[in-house]
Amino acid sequence: MKVSYYPGCTLKSKAKNLDESAVAAMAALGVEMEELPRWNCCGAVHSLADDDLIHHVAPVRDLIRAKEQGAEILVTLCSMCYNSLARANLIMRDDEEKRRTINLFMDEEIDYQGEVEVVHLLGFLDQRIGWSTIREAVKVPLRGMVLAPYYGCTLQRPRDVAMEPPGSFQMMRRLLEALGSEVVHFPAADLCCGSYQILAHPEAAESSSAVILQTAVQAGADALVLSCPLCDFNLGKRQASLLEQGRIEKEVPVFYFTQLFALALGVSPDLCHLELNTPSCISLLKQKGYPFDLDEAERV
Amino acid sequence: MPIKISARTVKREFLERLEKISGQNIHKCFQCGTCSGSCPMNASMDAFPRKVMHLAQLGLEGEVGKLNTCWICASCHACNVKCPRGIDLPRVMEALRLMALRRNVDHINPSRMASDLLRECPQIAMVAAFRKLTS
Amino acid sequence: MAEGRPMQAQQTQEMKVATGDRPILPEGARTVPIYIMGKRYEVPETLTIMKAMEYVGYKFVRGAGCRGGICGACSTVYRKAGDYKLHFGLACQTVVEPNMYLTQIPFYPANRAVYDIEEIEPTADSVYELYPELFRCVACNNCTKACPMGVEVLDYISALKQGDIARAAQLSFDCIQCGLCASRCMGELPQYHIAQLARRLYGKYIQPRAEHLKKRVEEILSGKYDAMLEEVQRMNREELEKLYEEREREPDLTPPGAWMPKDIRYL
Repeated sequence: MKVSYYPGCTLKSKAKNLDESAVAAMAALGVEMEELPRWNCCGAVHSLADDDLIHHVAPVRDLIRAKEQGAEILVTLCSMCYNSLARANLIMRDDEEKRRTINLFMDEEIDYQGEVEVVHLLGFLDQRIGWSTIREAVKVPLRGMVLAPYYGCTLQRPRDVAMEPPGSFQMMRRLLEALGSEVVHFPAADLCCGSYQILAHPEAAESSSAVILQTAVQAGADALVLSCPLCDFNLGKRQASLLEQGRIEKEVPVFYFTQLFALALGVSPDLCHLELNTPSCISLLKQKGYPFDLDEAERV
Repeated sequence: MPIKISARTVKREFLERLEKISGQNIHKCFQCGTCSGSCPMNASMDAFPRKVMHLAQLGLEGEVGKLNTCWICASCHACNVKCPRGIDLPRVMEALRLMALRRNVDHINPSRMASDLLRECPQIAMVAAFRKLTS
Repeated sequence: MAEGRPMQAQQTQEMKVATGDRPILPEGARTVPIYIMGKRYEVPETLTIMKAMEYVGYKFVRGAGCRGGICGACSTVYRKAGDYKLHFGLACQTVVEPNMYLTQIPFYPANRAVYDIEEIEPTADSVYELYPELFRCVACNNCTKACPMGVEVLDYISALKQGDIARAAQLSFDCIQCGLCASRCMGELPQYHIAQLARRLYGKYIQPRAEHLKKRVEEILSGKYDAMLEEVQRMNREELEKLYEEREREPDLTPPGAWMPKDIRYL
């Protein structure tokens, strides 16, 4: 099986660990993720003003690339890309007036009417692969690890593009359980990490991130599992700063769901780029005694 | 500090523009405060979202303009999915930001940001911040 | 066409226009109306915009350079009567068309970062630090539409946002730094300066070195060719001419590797 795939800018550099682990895991399941040709940045956030259409052009251009490729569905990984592409798609499908204006503006492109369906990889696994298939494909079960799925904002909000309804965290739970681990729900699983405010109002973002990490620890999680590079930055890479400021008490490993997915399917740890995670991730995997060769990631 | 309300303080035009840009009926809000309670950024706000809605209902453009609320909002939509009146509050916050940004005044200046943060941050953080906070 | 001049453009006789630095319009040559900054002029129809402007009396102090389509000094924007579309071109390359409304944009203010190429790292992060406005791109594609060189500007900006300096350098190779992209940018990006940084980083740090060149430089420095040069220096004029005339030449269109000179002493 082959599916059209939109990686997003961050996944091509700073979040290679999200991109490459996903592509490898899907290949292990016999699914080829075919990257769109000539894609551009999706815009990351959806424009919320009724009279602002220019900011929908970026995601629509990507959807046009998918249509040109003959794709029926477009798989995304980054939560922000998923959200901005899915919401732009709804406008092009449902709002005739806006659709006409946007198509007219993009006079160098073919017209688009929302023909492509935007799907997050978790939804793709749920609807097209099935959790039992994944359970059977697992080579190294991640037993003994207590994982907390963290959805953040953009997988579930607003409702019209929710991968699953707000307050429900079943897809990631089913995946992680299929991989053999124990899953714990924690009450901050859909609390915003502060998002892009890390650049404008870091204090505000940091206090939000600290609450998420503390709540996960209180719930007994060994690690947090997520699908957004900005969440990973605020909750993972910025942990050293949070510790220093005394906002959190201990380090919490933060993984992309695709990294654990790939590892459990027997994909080489090199393709999971654990060197891009915080060191606590490798420590946790070692401590649990899984037979992964993590020397290379540790050396980097 | 008490706020004076009179026929002269009500900026009808402001209210109309806010509703037009946001596509939301500001007067649908019945001031329950669910938005304020569900906001993960509320600790850093001069006033909670509920109060912003109240001031907006009264057409107090100047008072709303003094608050940092719309600039702290991270468009996370937590308030939106919980609002019992079905108001899309992030759209109201966006409209408030745009009414300022469209005068070519930026809330942050990309050229003056800390270089280590620009180097470390994922690209989506820059894209999102510049879209929401620059003109 | 309402200004009452004879419709010379419709005459069928063959056109004779002397061009050059000072075009002279022979009798009977066809002219077309163009509008320079809103004012109407009749100009010979085969001229480039630059020649046409000189023909009607403009003298370029700025906004003209190589006159060969490569220096990027004479960027011009024009519209055609009754058409919403904006067109872009270089004044020295674009031939006038009837009823074009044009103006030159020889310079457009654009943020240009200061850096020491010896000091910066060849990573996308360096680009992000120097040009954070890169992330204000909304993918409207006005830059690509404006490029008189056919560079896929949006594509190289996208490549940089994805962290791919090499691709950005390759995609922007034909850029002549005219700045029309920046003039049309909704996000206020200085695309052409960003691309130049990408090419500099690529050229200095990323592009593979030419191994054969490195080897040849080493050979020269080691004195391998000294004797040959001394030999040539000792020759008189006659001997030199003979050597030149009898030199071996690779025949035109020889497939690579199919020809070798008889004298391979110095290879």
